[in-house]
Amino acid sequence: MQTESKLQKLLDSGHFVVTAEIGPPKHASAHGVRHHAEMMRDYVDATNITDCQTAIVRISSIATAVHVKDCGIEPIVQMTCRDRNRIAIQADLLGAYSLGLRNLLCLSGDHQKFGNHPTAKNVYDIDSIQLINAVRKMRDEKVFFCGEPIKEHEPRFFIGAVANPFADPFEFRVARLEKKIEAGAQFIQTQCIFDMERFERFMEMVRERGLHERAHILAGVTPLKSWRAAKYMQTSVSGMIVPEELVQRLKNAEDPKKEGVDICVEQIKYIKENIKGVHGVHIMAIAWEEIVPEIVQRCGLYPRPKVE
Amino acid sequence: MIIAQQKPVKDIAAMIADCKKVAFIGCAGCVAVCLAGGEKETEILASAMRIMRRLEGNPLETVTYLATRQCDPEYVVALDEVVKDVDAIVSLACGVGVQYLAERFDKWVVPALDTKFIGGSVVHGIWEEKCGLCGDCVLHKTGGICPIIRCSKSILNGPCGGSQYGKCEVSKDVDCAWQLIYDRMKKLGKLDKLLEIQPFKDWSKSRDVGPRRATREDVIIE
Ligand code: SF4
Ligand code: SF4
Repeated sequence: MQTESKLQKLLDSGHFVVTAEIGPPKHASAHGVRHHAEMMRDYVDATNITDCQTAIVRISSIATAVHVKDCGIEPIVQMTCRDRNRIAIQADLLGAYSLGLRNLLCLSGDHQKFGNHPTAKNVYDIDSIQLINAVRKMRDEKVFFCGEPIKEHEPRFFIGAVANPFADPFEFRVARLEKKIEAGAQFIQTQCIFDMERFERFMEMVRERGLHERAHILAGVTPLKSWRAAKYMQTSVSGMIVPEELVQRLKNAEDPKKEGVDICVEQIKYIKENIKGVHGVHIMAIAWEEIVPEIVQRCGLYPRPKVE
Repeated sequence: MIIAQQKPVKDIAAMIADCKKVAFIGCAGCVAVCLAGGEKETEILASAMRIMRRLEGNPLETVTYLATRQCDPEYVVALDEVVKDVDAIVSLACGVGVQYLAERFDKWVVPALDTKFIGGSVVHGIWEEKCGLCGDCVLHKTGGICPIIRCSKSILNGPCGGSQYGKCEVSKDVDCAWQLIYDRMKKLGKLDKLLEIQPFKDWSKSRDVGPRRATREDVIIE
């Protein structure tokens, strides 16, 4: 299903796309967000705008996305199921579309236990697969989640979802990805890849099922600044596998930040050249947005292609 | 059964700080089984309160009673005499029992327990939540493991990306319900069932509709 998304046009015409991530701030100024957007503008095709990531209160994904769009980058609005029931979700979707936002990434969201309001009541009225499915129906069948017709101006999002090849049960991960695609996901961004072997096995299973032909798969990467960051991801972030060699490589490096970037560049090049079925990379430079242009350049992915 | 746990003694004491005579009413139902509000717990709590108050130089008179079930008017009637001249009633039942006492008596009725969840015992002294009272059971689709309450995000099309090594992202002490569901469905040769997209849950059958009522016309006594 065709939408007005530039990201979709790029993917559909076979480009290896680059997306990045912008985390909204924990205050009410978009100054920093705009700075990051300006800086990344020519280097990425679209940026994810996280939705109160790790359940920490920040400027909303939709509001931030408008700032980012203003700076000339196409945003990907993230929508989690944690904080809104089906009424609030649809209201936000209509609002987001009316503001010119065209890409939507559907997620269940990190549990509130991890954030700055662990005593909050969570919602989880619907789950991410149900969300994907319902957003697709809004667009293709022009109905609200309840089945009532949307008389005019239905939101027409390019719909994305996430996949985590490093979570368990491993064998079920690809089946669940298929379920998401079946539900209506058109592009998939993966969790940060550090364990390349496991990712390759995952992609093998994806290709066996032909899923790479039914949705665009973007491989998630994260440049690490230090061995401590790597260790933290290894031990404290659920659903993440960080091989010990990687921690050691950063530990032994003279300039760990440079090493972190080197590793990330190697990973992207490797994925692009060797893993069939991957249609782009998603760079999650958590609190290190400045490094994105350098990574893109060093991977030979600059300049970015243009579409009509 | 309903699992409840006693509030901290000082919190209970604060609720009845200005009373001279108090009735402590236990319940022989669920809360007795989960060792929170049975006969023994009622006696211990009453005596703890008396001792505390004596040390404060402000003695408290207590009466104790064990209701067969506080969630049944039939057994609450029997309390009329017991609570006749007390300043307050401390209920050691679940929240339902507290409300039944408050409905019947024009007295200050306070809860001694925190009503936690419905579940069952794992070993003596440990209880686990198993059902979220959703009013529309889906256990036949999930191998007998409840995704509503045992999955931290109530996912019907799980597992989420935080499931790892069999544990839920919220804690290493919590099993991932979807790992359990997957394992069991695999064992039963029914993995294909998990590939169906489960539709939205009808929460109007849950408490989201407001308080619910169940009726059995055939057994109602006029
Ligand atoms: S599906 Fe609903 S009724 Fe069944 S065990 Fe879970 S919460 Fe209880
Ligand atoms: S880890 Fe498992 S139990 Fe926890 S929220 Fe995710 S699917 Fe549910």
